[in-house]
Amino acid sequence: MTTLHAFLAFTRSSGRLVLRGDVLYWSWIGLLLLLIASGLAAYVDQLRVGLSLTAMRDPVSWAFYIGNFTFMVGVAAAAVVLVIPAYVYDWKPIREVVIIGELLAVSAILICLLFVMVDLGRPERFWHLIPGVGLLNFPRSVMAWDVIVLNLYLLINLVVVTHVVFSAFRGRHYSLRLVYPLVLLSIPMAIAIHTVTAFLYSGMASRPYWNASILAPQFLASAFSSGPAILLVVLQLLRRFTDFEIKDEAIGKIAELMAYAIFLNLFFHGAEVFKEYYSNTEHSLYTRYWFEGIGTHTTLVPYAWTAVGLQLLALVLFIVPAARRNSVTLNVGAVATYAGGYIEKGMGLIIPGFTPDTLGEIYEYSPTMHELRVAAGVFAIGFLVFTFLLRVAVPILLGQVRLAGTGTQALE
Amino acid sequence: MATPRTAHDVDDHPTSLTRRSFTTCAAAAAAGWILTACGPKRLYDVSRERLRELVGDVEREYSATYGKDVTVSAAGPQPGVLFGYALDISRCTGCRRCVYACVEENNQSRDPQVHWIRVLQMDKEHGVDFAHADQYYEPAQVPEEGKFYVPVSCQQCRDAPCTKVCPTGATWAEKDGIVVIDYDWCIGCRCCMSACPYGARHFNWKAPSVAATDVNPHMHYLGNRPRPKGVVEKCTFCIQRVREGRYPACVEVCPVGARKFGNLLDPDSEIRYIIEHERVMVLKEELNTMPKFFYFYGT
Repeated sequence: MTTLHAFLAFTRSSGRLVLRGDVLYWSWIGLLLLLIASGLAAYVDQLRVGLSLTAMRDPVSWAFYIGNFTFMVGVAAAAVVLVIPAYVYDWKPIREVVIIGELLAVSAILICLLFVMVDLGRPERFWHLIPGVGLLNFPRSVMAWDVIVLNLYLLINLVVVTHVVFSAFRGRHYSLRLVYPLVLLSIPMAIAIHTVTAFLYSGMASRPYWNASILAPQFLASAFSSGPAILLVVLQLLRRFTDFEIKDEAIGKIAELMAYAIFLNLFFHGAEVFKEYYSNTEHSLYTRYWFEGIGTHTTLVPYAWTAVGLQLLALVLFIVPAARRNSVTLNVGAVATYAGGYIEKGMGLIIPGFTPDTLGEIYEYSPTMHELRVAAGVFAIGFLVFTFLLRVAVPILLGQVRLAGTGTQALE
Repeated sequence: MATPRTAHDVDDHPTSLTRRSFTTCAAAAAAGWILTACGPKRLYDVSRERLRELVGDVEREYSATYGKDVTVSAAGPQPGVLFGYALDISRCTGCRRCVYACVEENNQSRDPQVHWIRVLQMDKEHGVDFAHADQYYEPAQVPEEGKFYVPVSCQQCRDAPCTKVCPTGATWAEKDGIVVIDYDWCIGCRCCMSACPYGARHFNWKAPSVAATDVNPHMHYLGNRPRPKGVVEKCTFCIQRVREGRYPACVEVCPVGARKFGNLLDPDSEIRYIIEHERVMVLKEELNTMPKFFYFYGT
């Protein structure tokens, strides 16, 4: 029963921590709540009227929502970039920030699941996917695999972060016997969530744009560049606003790892572009639509070149050691990586896969205000959860908030 | 959650804990059983008697909604029947009567418009080439010089990508080869639309509308009964007709007799004659979907 009592105290303290903050904190929360309210209103409209409020139609039946989902799967998977060096090579400076990566993964998976929910035509029937009550078409449907790995990954990360933070709250060291195997398991899981999501697309022979074996490696490369990009910024903010100690070494190491990922991502894209343009078959039409447009249909072209430009800029900034060490250029590079990856996945992966459609029809998709509002709302929910998680985790991990009656204890 | 229970807890109240966990398990099992046995279910899994009950319910519901006698058939596949379709490209004039006969027969939404058949106009010099196809041709008269027409609807694939990808098993191929959707089980994820190489699946982006006067009251539970908003629908070879031995509406209406239909397992059927004697092709044969919809050049 003591565990239960401690956990209740933990929940109460968490609630108090979340409700405590300065003007800056509350303006940030207020902004997020505004975005959530606007997204919710838009979503209620969508429930009432239908997905016709989006710009999706039969020829382009998945678009912005699913693009965002795919991007965020990558962000969630990226926590592994930190976990591998920390636990496998026992590299200390990064080890301290692993927990932040896992908190990010939890929030990112939440965003993913919400993006799938808002994309469903009948969200109230989601229980049809639950084995037993419903029917999960496993193992035939790759979507079924995706449902399993995403939820499992969320569960693993939730268990680890709850256990680690709760242990710190009780003034104990977390149980290595529990955490170590789970963290090790989370490495293949992080790769799995992105690979399975890539297979969801690349398994479709009807869409030549996705039907490429390079898609899964490409997904991982872009994830391992844009995920840590957020962390870089988050870690610096933590360093600025809290007592959380983050060594320059850790940030430098993450930036170094990102340099490889950015390079690989661009290399994979180059390989794909070469294949499409040199072979010059009918199947290169989709890549052409993305980079040059087809005839007068050029909606996506500015997105394509913005993404290329941002990623090239990021490559230069991360590959030059001096630029990587300078905090200004580092942050410019991180934002460029994140924005470039976001455009590439959000607009460049799903939509050109559908344009032209399988019968040659060109329907030019561009997200409606409605979709932007819902998407902003979903992101705001994710950011709100991430903010709350940090708000609770950081002071507890720093030992500033403790269960009453537990002094600073020695490690078990 | 990771709250390790100590041996102490268990030893203190052995009976109450056992009873409580037993009751919890029993309640969960009962709830699960009730949901699975009595709750809504994939129509594929329900028994014939239960299906007839469900169909009776929707019959009454539709009759009340549209103010006319609606019949909803639960006819299953007949043994020894595998439906096949053939279309004579050299005869098709691109008049699109099939498109509208299909809309009327199958209660497709009039606003927004949903068409299960799409007629593609192609250039003779390009051959069958989707990249240069046009489905929005509007000449004063068809057929146009230098053009030919390829109507495309569901190809009723033997290895259907749409059924493979569906995460809830809401779509499947019946024993007579017709690929169907359970409109009550579909969650509207649209994986099937991404997987279909023939653009044969259509989503209800908003509530479909058919005026009561236009509703075809002769329905099948897997076919032309009204679809709700947010689910996917498709051509079913007019399941409500063909399981009664009639032709699909598009076959009946075609003014030039370009459309043929029959039982692939019957060696004396017209469809078998066409496959054995005409120059036959299927669309996108390289994708290995093995359509049961054959195109041929009869003249």
